[in-house]
Amino acid sequence: MEKLLEINNLNVVYYTDESVVHALNDFSLEVMKGETLGLVGETGAGKTTMALSTLRLLPEQVGKITGGTICYRGMDILNAGKKQLRDLRGAEISMIFQDPMTSLNPVMTVGDQIKEVLDLHFPDMQPREKNQKVDDILKLVGIAPERKDQFPHQFSGGMKQRVVIAMALIAEPKLLLADEPTTALDVTIQAQILALMKELKEKFDSAMVLITHDLGIVAEFCDRIAVIYAGTVIESGTVEQVFSQTKNHPYTAGLFRCIPDLTTTAKRLTPIPGYMADPSNLPEGCKFAERCKNCQERCRKEEPPMNEAEPGHFIKCFMPEKGGMTNE
Amino acid sequence: MSEVLLETRNLKKYFPHKLGYVHAVDDVTLKINIGETLGVVGESGCGKSTLGRTILRLLEPTEGEVIYEGRNILPLKGKEFRKIQTGMQMVFQDPYSSLNPRMSVYDLIAEPLKVCKTVTGKEAMAKKVQETMELCGLSERHNNVYPHEMDGGRRQRVGLARALVLDPKFVVCDEPVSALDVSIQAQILNLLMDMQESRNLAYMFITHDLCVVRHISSNIMVMYMGQVVEYATKDEIFAHHVHPYTKALMSAIPTADLSRRNRERHVLKGEVSNPINPAPGCRFTPRCPYAGKKCQEPQPLTQIAPDHFVACHECVSFSS
Repeated sequence: MEKLLEINNLNVVYYTDESVVHALNDFSLEVMKGETLGLVGETGAGKTTMALSTLRLLPEQVGKITGGTICYRGMDILNAGKKQLRDLRGAEISMIFQDPMTSLNPVMTVGDQIKEVLDLHFPDMQPREKNQKVDDILKLVGIAPERKDQFPHQFSGGMKQRVVIAMALIAEPKLLLADEPTTALDVTIQAQILALMKELKEKFDSAMVLITHDLGIVAEFCDRIAVIYAGTVIESGTVEQVFSQTKNHPYTAGLFRCIPDLTTTAKRLTPIPGYMADPSNLPEGCKFAERCKNCQERCRKEEPPMNEAEPGHFIKCFMPEKGGMTNE
Repeated sequence: MSEVLLETRNLKKYFPHKLGYVHAVDDVTLKINIGETLGVVGESGCGKSTLGRTILRLLEPTEGEVIYEGRNILPLKGKEFRKIQTGMQMVFQDPYSSLNPRMSVYDLIAEPLKVCKTVTGKEAMAKKVQETMELCGLSERHNNVYPHEMDGGRRQRVGLARALVLDPKFVVCDEPVSALDVSIQAQILNLLMDMQESRNLAYMFITHDLCVVRHISSNIMVMYMGQVVEYATKDEIFAHHVHPYTKALMSAIPTADLSRRNRERHVLKGEVSNPINPAPGCRFTPRCPYAGKKCQEPQPLTQIAPDHFVACHECVSFSS
């Protein structure tokens, strides 16, 4: 399969008044053509930073890429010029932001906002054709084209998210970065939006990185999964490999244990003890050592390598946990 | 059967609007026993939070009764009500905005004691606050910490401590874990269940997360646009849910279980309709795949099995 996006050993830091926050540390990830990759992690794990770095949208002055490479179909994104980046954003790679309520311009009609993408990427397109395209995409995401002259406040949360999706898809990008696209929505609407995204992804044959903290969404909508902790991918593999729970990183195994589900009848949940490592003061060795019950001396000194547990299933741990679900 | 702690009868809360009335809570009758949890589930805007607030009289109900320990609390005033109110507390959804940023953790937790005067004297108060903090997993070194210095999980512990410091019997938990990460969510859920066991608390647990509700509740109530559509014990509702809305909710939840991956889904079309002056009859009709002519007429909650009530023409006629 063709590699679409390749991130190697990416390091990103944020400078604050008091400290330097290491948001991504040696972060590596590959996205293949046409696949859906689920990126899972806690708040502050670096999920959004990854997406913003890929589009070079990190806040200037504050966020800085200090090492590594990001390669999109042979193009070196980190050394690309302004013009190249502008052509990339929206047309090749586009992003759906977490909060549909704040990512739309409140003083511009919905239709104009969608058309803006076309104005930027296809300046030679005839206005009539542009309008036709806007109508088509609105229909596709399930909004009546008559509503394109309305403003964002006249739409409900789910409808706004559809508008955002329409904006992201109108230029038919090859890669879609969806940053928690349904976190702000209700479950019934979430089901609608996810089904819609899946359908559109297939129609345009694009790849998608679905950033979420919900393992359930990954199980149902993704082909592959990457689990991220303190700015590093600690486990990656196909959904079947990771969710079968034959071998997991202790953190992933911990995540499985702490979500209540609809089938088991455990009386108590088993939370992962402690809190995530402070990204401005990361420990040496394995970042998860503090909270890991299998932690040994070695883990605190050297960082474990990414081991291949089975073909395509990588775990960054000296002693991966077997048979994940076993409660102690 | 354990003893009933709190009951509502035909509780209604309407908000005036320029086009009429928003029927936020419409005719809700429920019962919560001592030491039990009632889970209230529904989409945003269905009136879950309004129901919780109306029961505590943070909002004055339009009509109906709230009976706490055998007594209607709605006509009570002043000191008398304050006394009862001490026993009924609330944990709010957002640990970021529900704490005063200019108060330290100690002051935040002592505040309810100062207001309700259940414990007097500086030393007694300090002792009570420390006890409660310990119970909620906060150590003494957090005394002088301000909310912005803590993460979401610890802030929610402060919110919980504020409710528990008054030794309530009944706590309304309004989505206490939905703003938290799963690993922290599990810590808070365990804490809530420990409290319930040791103090015999009754909870009304408001959430939109069915997995969480299944974990913590003894009874479950599903709300849609201010009305109860299905009300049953936990096991009953998960095994034999009948209302089309409950079915849709159940099938919409993504789970980490691969065997459910390719199940048949009932994805609902459309969105919640307008709650201003709704027509009589079933409010779910516009989105219901089984809606018929009968559904234009009102359908009260009907018992279809022991401890299982449902408000749906189709389901009721089908099961009888």
